[in-house]
Amino acid sequence: MALEEETSRGSVGVAGYAGSEVRSDLQVRIAAGHSGGIVIELESRVKPYYENSIRLQIEQLSEALNISHARITVHDGGALPFTIGARFEAAARRAGFGQGIRLLPDNVPLSPPSTRDRMRRSRLYIPGDQPKYFINAALHAPDAVILDLEDSVPPQEKDAARLLVRNALRAIDFLGCERAVRINRLPLGLADLEEIVPESPDMILIPKVEMPQQVLDVGRKVAEVKGAFGLTRPIWYMPIIESALGIEKAYEIASASEVIAAITIGLEDYTADLGVPKTEAGLESLFARQRVINAAHAARVQPIDSVFGDLSNMEGLKTWALQSRALGFEGMGCVHPLQVAVIHEAFAPTSVEIENAVRIVAAYREAQARGLGVVSLGSKMIDAPVVQQALKLVARAQATGLVK
Amino acid sequence: MAIVEETKLVANAAGRMVPTLANGKTQTPYLGVDQYKPQGNKTGPPIRSASDYPHDGDKRVTDLETALRMCGLRDGMVISSHHHLRDGDRVSLMALGAAARMGVKDLIWFPSASFPSQKGAIELMQSGALERIEGSMNGPLGRYCTQGNMRGMGVLRSHGGRWQAIQEGEVHIDIAVIAAPTADAFGNCDGSHGKSACGSLGFALADSIYADRVIVVTDNLVPFPCVPWQIQGNNVDFVVRVDSIGDPAKILSGSTQITRSPDRLRIAEFVALFLRDAGIMRNGFSFQAGAGGIALAFVAYLKQLMQRAGVKARFVRGGSTKFLVELLQEGLADYILDGQTFDLEGVRSIAENTRHIATTPFSSYNHHGKGNFACMVDAVVLGATEIDLDFDANVVTHSDGRLMHGIGGWQNCLSAGCTILALPSFRDRIPALVDEVTTLCGPGKLIDVVVTERGIAINPRRKDLLDAVRGSKLPIRPLSEIKAEVERICGGKPQRPQRGDRPVALVKWVDGSVLDTVWQVP
Repeated sequence: MALEEETSRGSVGVAGYAGSEVRSDLQVRIAAGHSGGIVIELESRVKPYYENSIRLQIEQLSEALNISHARITVHDGGALPFTIGARFEAAARRAGFGQGIRLLPDNVPLSPPSTRDRMRRSRLYIPGDQPKYFINAALHAPDAVILDLEDSVPPQEKDAARLLVRNALRAIDFLGCERAVRINRLPLGLADLEEIVPESPDMILIPKVEMPQQVLDVGRKVAEVKGAFGLTRPIWYMPIIESALGIEKAYEIASASEVIAAITIGLEDYTADLGVPKTEAGLESLFARQRVINAAHAARVQPIDSVFGDLSNMEGLKTWALQSRALGFEGMGCVHPLQVAVIHEAFAPTSVEIENAVRIVAAYREAQARGLGVVSLGSKMIDAPVVQQALKLVARAQATGLVK
Repeated sequence: MAIVEETKLVANAAGRMVPTLANGKTQTPYLGVDQYKPQGNKTGPPIRSASDYPHDGDKRVTDLETALRMCGLRDGMVISSHHHLRDGDRVSLMALGAAARMGVKDLIWFPSASFPSQKGAIELMQSGALERIEGSMNGPLGRYCTQGNMRGMGVLRSHGGRWQAIQEGEVHIDIAVIAAPTADAFGNCDGSHGKSACGSLGFALADSIYADRVIVVTDNLVPFPCVPWQIQGNNVDFVVRVDSIGDPAKILSGSTQITRSPDRLRIAEFVALFLRDAGIMRNGFSFQAGAGGIALAFVAYLKQLMQRAGVKARFVRGGSTKFLVELLQEGLADYILDGQTFDLEGVRSIAENTRHIATTPFSSYNHHGKGNFACMVDAVVLGATEIDLDFDANVVTHSDGRLMHGIGGWQNCLSAGCTILALPSFRDRIPALVDEVTTLCGPGKLIDVVVTERGIAINPRRKDLLDAVRGSKLPIRPLSEIKAEVERICGGKPQRPQRGDRPVALVKWVDGSVLDTVWQVP
C-alpha cells in the first residue's frame, strides 16, 4: 500500500508510535504529493485542548522542511511539543525531506557546565525512544540523567530516537542534573554525535569500549562538530567497558583522553562474554569491577559501577550499592527513579567517616595556618593522600547537606 | 427532552450559572460556604404496624418481581440502590431490569454511585423504563448523560449530600433495594460476612430509614439473628434470596497494590512530609485517605514517619485498605472509622477487630446534622481533576466537560482541618492547574494545600500553615508559579474546550444548594 502510493504520488514516511496504550508520544505519517497543499488529519487524546496548537506546529514544521503538498496523518497520545517536532522531523526525513535541516525546539537556559570531578553517585537511564519518561526524570534528582540511544532503542528506531533526544536536550529543564547521552557503538554512534553534540550534552557515555582507539574516534568526531558549531562548553566522556578484552585494557581506556571523567562497567554483556550467569552476589564480576576501580584511580578518573537491574528488590539494591561503595566505586547506574534515593543513601559517607574526615580537615587547616608541613592528629601523622581523601569526603558531605 | 425550555439560569454566589428548576423541583442556588441553613423538620417514612408483617418475622418472598409488585411499583417511582459492592454489584440492574420487565415507565434510579458495569442502565433509559439517574455517573453512563441523551437532569451529590436530600424529602425514595452480603429473613443485614462480603453497608442506611418500602436482596441468608445488623430488619418490608448479589473479584481487590509510578510516589511522599513538617502529624491526630494510588502510597510513607517519630493517631478514616489495617494492628492508630471497605484485609479487619468501626454518611458527612466526623479530621488527602488559582477544584468532570468521577465523600471531606489535594500537575499534555475549573465542586475557601510532583502550594488564606512549614526542605511554591511552569512544559495554555449551552446535570453543594452545572458536551 505504502509502496504503491510512493510510486504513484510521492514518498511516504512514518515515525513514532500510536495506539490506545501510547501516552506522551505520537505517530506522524507524511504522504507527500504534488498538489493540494498540506492536509492534516489529526486524532489526539488532547484534541479539545491543543488541536489549534498541534495544527499550527505541524504547518510550521512543514514549511520549515519545504513540504508544500502532503497528507499528514497524526495519531497523538498527548505528546509535548518537543516530541511532536522530533517525530515529524523523523517522518519527514524517512520520506526524503529535510536532509541537512535541523528543526529545533525552543531552548531552555542551560545550567552551568559540568565538571570533571562532580559528584556522580547515580545516573538514571531513560530509554531514548520513550518521551513519556523524559520530562519528569530530573525531578527524582539523580546526579545524571542519561538519554539512551543504545540498548533501549530498537535498531529501526535509531534515527528517530536521535532526534527525540536532541530535542529533549534543548526543551527539557533537567534541573541541574548532568545531561548525559549514551550513544550507539561505533560507527553508528558517530552519527548520533552529529545530532547530539550541538545541543551541548554534559557527558557522552561510550558503550562497549575495548580499545582506546574507540574513545579517540569519538573525540575526533566531537571536536569536529564542536568546531563546526563554535562550541566550547566541556563534554565529558564515560567509556563503558563490557567485555573481557575491555577489562584487560581498562587502564589504557581510562587514560585514553583527558576529557574522560569516569569509567564504568556493563555487567550484562560482561558476564555474557564470560559465559556465566549474573548473580545478585556478583562474585563472577568481582575481579572485573575491581580492575575498573584500580584502573580508574590509576588514570585519575572516577570508577562507577554498573546498574542493579531487579526493580522489585530494593534490599538487594541497597546491599549491592553498599558493597559497591566499599569496593571503591563512586556511584552506580539506575534503571528506575525509585533506585536513586537508595543509591544516594548507600553512597553517602557514614557519620563515623564524616567525623573522622572533619577532624583530619581541621588538623590540616591548623597545620596550614601554623605553616607546618606535617599534619598530625594527636600522636598520629596523617599522610597527604589521607588528607586529600578527607577533604573530598567533607566536600561531598557538605554538598549533600550531611554536614554544614 | 424538554429541559431547556423550563430552565431559567441564574448566577450563584460562586458566579456559576445554575438552573433554578430541575426535574420539576425548585433549586436553591449556592449562597456561599455555610450560608444556607434551611429551617423546618426532617421528613419521615409512613407509619407501619407490626401486625401487617409476618408474625414469625419471615419476610421472604420468592423473587424480586414479587417483592416489587408487593411494594406497589408503578410508573415514575424512585428506586434506590447502593454501591457498597462497587463495580461488582449485580443487584441494581437486577431490580431495574425486573421493574422494566413488569412494564413500568419513567422510573428514577437513585444510586449512591453508579459504576461502569451498570452501563445496562443506558438501554433502560432508551426503552423508557428509566427517566433519569440521580447519582454519580462515570464511564459509559457519564458519556450518555453529558451527550445530552438522558431525559431528566442528572443530580450529583456527595455522600453527605445524599443523606441530606433524603432526610429533607428533597428525594423521596419509593422503593429502596439493598444488596446484603449476609441477611436474615427478618431483614437484618451485615456486610462483613458471606461470599460477597464488602464491609460497611453505610450507604444504604438512610434509604432503609426513610424509604416507603425496603427490599433486601441477599445471597447469604442466615437464621435470625444476623449480627451485627448494620441495617435493621425493623425497617425492611421484604427479603429476597438470590444466587449471587455480585462479582467478588470486582467487589474487593484481593490485594491492594501501591503505585510504582515514581511521580505519584513523589507526590505521596510530599504529602506525608508536609503533614510532619506542618506539625499536623502529632500524637492523637487523625487523617483520612482514600484508596487511590497516591492516597495509598501516602499512608505507607506517613506510617514510616509516624514510626520514626513515635507518633500515634487517635483515629484514621477510610476507604479502608490493608494499609490502614496495618496502622491499627501495629498500634499506630486507635480506631479506623470506615466509610467503605476496599480490600480483603479491610473486610477481615472490620469483621474481627472491634476498633475497626463501620460508619455511615450520617455520622461521617451529613451537613444538616449536629456536626459530623469529617469536620473533626485533622487532615484529608483527596484527588482532583482541575484546580484554579483561587484553589477552587473540580473532581467530577474532565477538562472537556465529560463526567468522569462521582463526588463521593470528597465535598464533605473539605471540612477537615487541613484539606490537601494531591495530583499530578499535568496528565499527558493536559494541565491540572487552570484559569477556571470546568466544573466547580469544591470552593477554594475550603482547600488548603495542593501537592504536585513539581511542588507544594499552600492557600495564602492559611497563614498558619505557611508559618508552620517555614524552614521545611519541601518545595513550597506559589500555585501560580507551578501553573506557569506546567504551561511552559505543555506548550502554552490549553484551548477552552467547546461547551454546549444545555444543562445536563447539577452539582449540589453539601447543603443541598446548586454549586454548578454540568453542560452538554457537543
